[in-house]
Amino acid sequence: MSTRSHFNFWRLMGVVLMLAALAATVLRFGGSLGASTNLSDQFPWGIWIGFDVLCGVGLAAGGFTLAATVHIFHLKRFEPIVRPAILTAFLGYMLVCLALLFDLGRPWNVWHPLVMWNPHSVMFEVGWCVTLYTTVLALEFLPLVLERFRLERARLMLRRIMIPIVILGVILSTLHQSSLGTLFLIMPQKMNALWYTPMLPILFYVSAIATGLAMTIFESWHSARAFARQLEFPLVQKLSRVLAVIIAVYLAMRFMDMSARHAWVMMDQPGTERWLFGVEIVLMAVPMLLLFREHTRNSPQAIYLCSVMYLLGFVTNRLNVGITSMERSSGVQYIPKWSEVAVTLGLVAAGFAIFRVAAHHLPVFEDPNIELTAPPPPAAWEAEASDAYTVPSGQ
Amino acid sequence: MAKAILYDSTICIGCRQCEEACAAGKHLAYNDKIAAEERLSERKLTTIRTYGERFSRKLCMHCQEPSCVSVCPVAALEKTKLGPVIYHEDRCMGCRYCMVACPFQVPVYEWNSRIPRMRKCDLCADKLTQGAATRCSEICPVNATITGERNEMIAEAHRRLVEKPKDYYPEIYGVNEAGGTSVFILSAVSFSQIGYNTQIPKSPMPQFTWAVLQHIPQVVVVGTVLMGGIYWITGRRDDVAREEGRQ
Repeated sequence: MSTRSHFNFWRLMGVVLMLAALAATVLRFGGSLGASTNLSDQFPWGIWIGFDVLCGVGLAAGGFTLAATVHIFHLKRFEPIVRPAILTAFLGYMLVCLALLFDLGRPWNVWHPLVMWNPHSVMFEVGWCVTLYTTVLALEFLPLVLERFRLERARLMLRRIMIPIVILGVILSTLHQSSLGTLFLIMPQKMNALWYTPMLPILFYVSAIATGLAMTIFESWHSARAFARQLEFPLVQKLSRVLAVIIAVYLAMRFMDMSARHAWVMMDQPGTERWLFGVEIVLMAVPMLLLFREHTRNSPQAIYLCSVMYLLGFVTNRLNVGITSMERSSGVQYIPKWSEVAVTLGLVAAGFAIFRVAAHHLPVFEDPNIELTAPPPPAAWEAEASDAYTVPSGQ
Repeated sequence: MAKAILYDSTICIGCRQCEEACAAGKHLAYNDKIAAEERLSERKLTTIRTYGERFSRKLCMHCQEPSCVSVCPVAALEKTKLGPVIYHEDRCMGCRYCMVACPFQVPVYEWNSRIPRMRKCDLCADKLTQGAATRCSEICPVNATITGERNEMIAEAHRRLVEKPKDYYPEIYGVNEAGGTSVFILSAVSFSQIGYNTQIPKSPMPQFTWAVLQHIPQVVVVGTVLMGGIYWITGRRDDVAREEGRQ
């Protein structure tokens, strides 16, 4: 197959998804939540919360992870991949906010938590953190726009306050990435013991950091292909090592917690829960084990596939916490309506499309502060990078 | 003082007049078809459920420390001094966290409305403030549901358990559930047999999230100092390296 036809295929897919999402939008805002979702009194939260919000926020964790790595820990060699990570995060949070408007019954009241306080509510805290952090991301993203339009003075002024902004971003992310887990702590009797644990906030936080790194690898790979440019492979290799260690820490915590709560007995209970739990663990453990092998880390393709595998494991985990774990106690089976899926996929497609446009028109992959002195990429990566627009997996 | 309801399922004859009075009070349509739906919904804020020869009633339990009040990000739910947990619809943004969090699975939603509301029993807060009983208590022909002072209702329940131990399962549902409620239920058989969830923790639910939330100030302070410190140390290391010409 020629690269051209692939390119058109993905474009066509994107357009189809956008149209489906548009139809679903009409159904949602022209009608009601009842008309556009399969939610019920027994199952009030579906994939718009389970995927769009829980996964969306996690997948955008690369922003704070990389910003902290480079600007706080002074690991300047990672500088070339900070900007794409911040762009991904900024887009991610905007899409999460957009998705939230679909899910809220009264979206026009979305600003209410800013003035009607309830500090005892985890949702209140998440609302504030996400609002503030989206602002932080806008400020972290702003230099690209200022550079593009050569607004030097404004850029230098922003530079001076950047470190406090980055620190604020790390704190806010720490708070709300973990709080998405805290959200579920109030329903111990509703959730399956495979997922309910007082450790949820910490587990959510650690897995979000791993997801931030995996997403950075994911988006580096795709940018390298889409823009036929060579991304610094040694950086990706270093990230993949750290990724393996963080997944290992996460799984160790997870297993110790399961043992401490004597929750392994849940694996004897018949039903889909144990299988979905297994899928989630395998999708995290396998890439971790593979990435500990040097052989894997020498192949860009293998690193990419490991990252994708982990990301799928992460998504499975969030869907399990948000949906699977509560299905049994609710007494109903929730299967999302087509319109719920359409909005979700449409937002993902929009994310890819906007990233593309932004990367074309803004200095996302250029950094004026440093000369790019990274070593030349190995032959394998160059070869990969030359055939842009091909789908990397399964071929 | 705080009011409460005592529902004695051993007396209940399943006549559903409580359902009808409730619907009338909330301006909801009521007919045979709705009566036959034995579950809470936007059409029905209380319901009688049939278990063979026995009946049981479901309604908001009006917890002493309600999950819904704790989780609402906009404080649209409020536990009043008089006992009822009430809903301020103009504050609500429709996140439905209250529905997810409620251990008794009580709040329901107007799924097909363009300006949807969460709906649930409000213990007839309007009547209680006038010193009257709830509509379901007023109408009940056999006094299976009665309204009174919360302490008095618990005492009355105990009195019945002591006087006729053979007729009752020896517990009062609602005294310990979720740390205590404002609706107490008596039964002839174990509560799980007539549709009540007996897996609910016996302590107030909001503590599960508050145990984490209360540490936010520490996270902010320690986190900021730590990040600032790391920035300073690693930056200094770079500066020294540069000065020494090693870079």
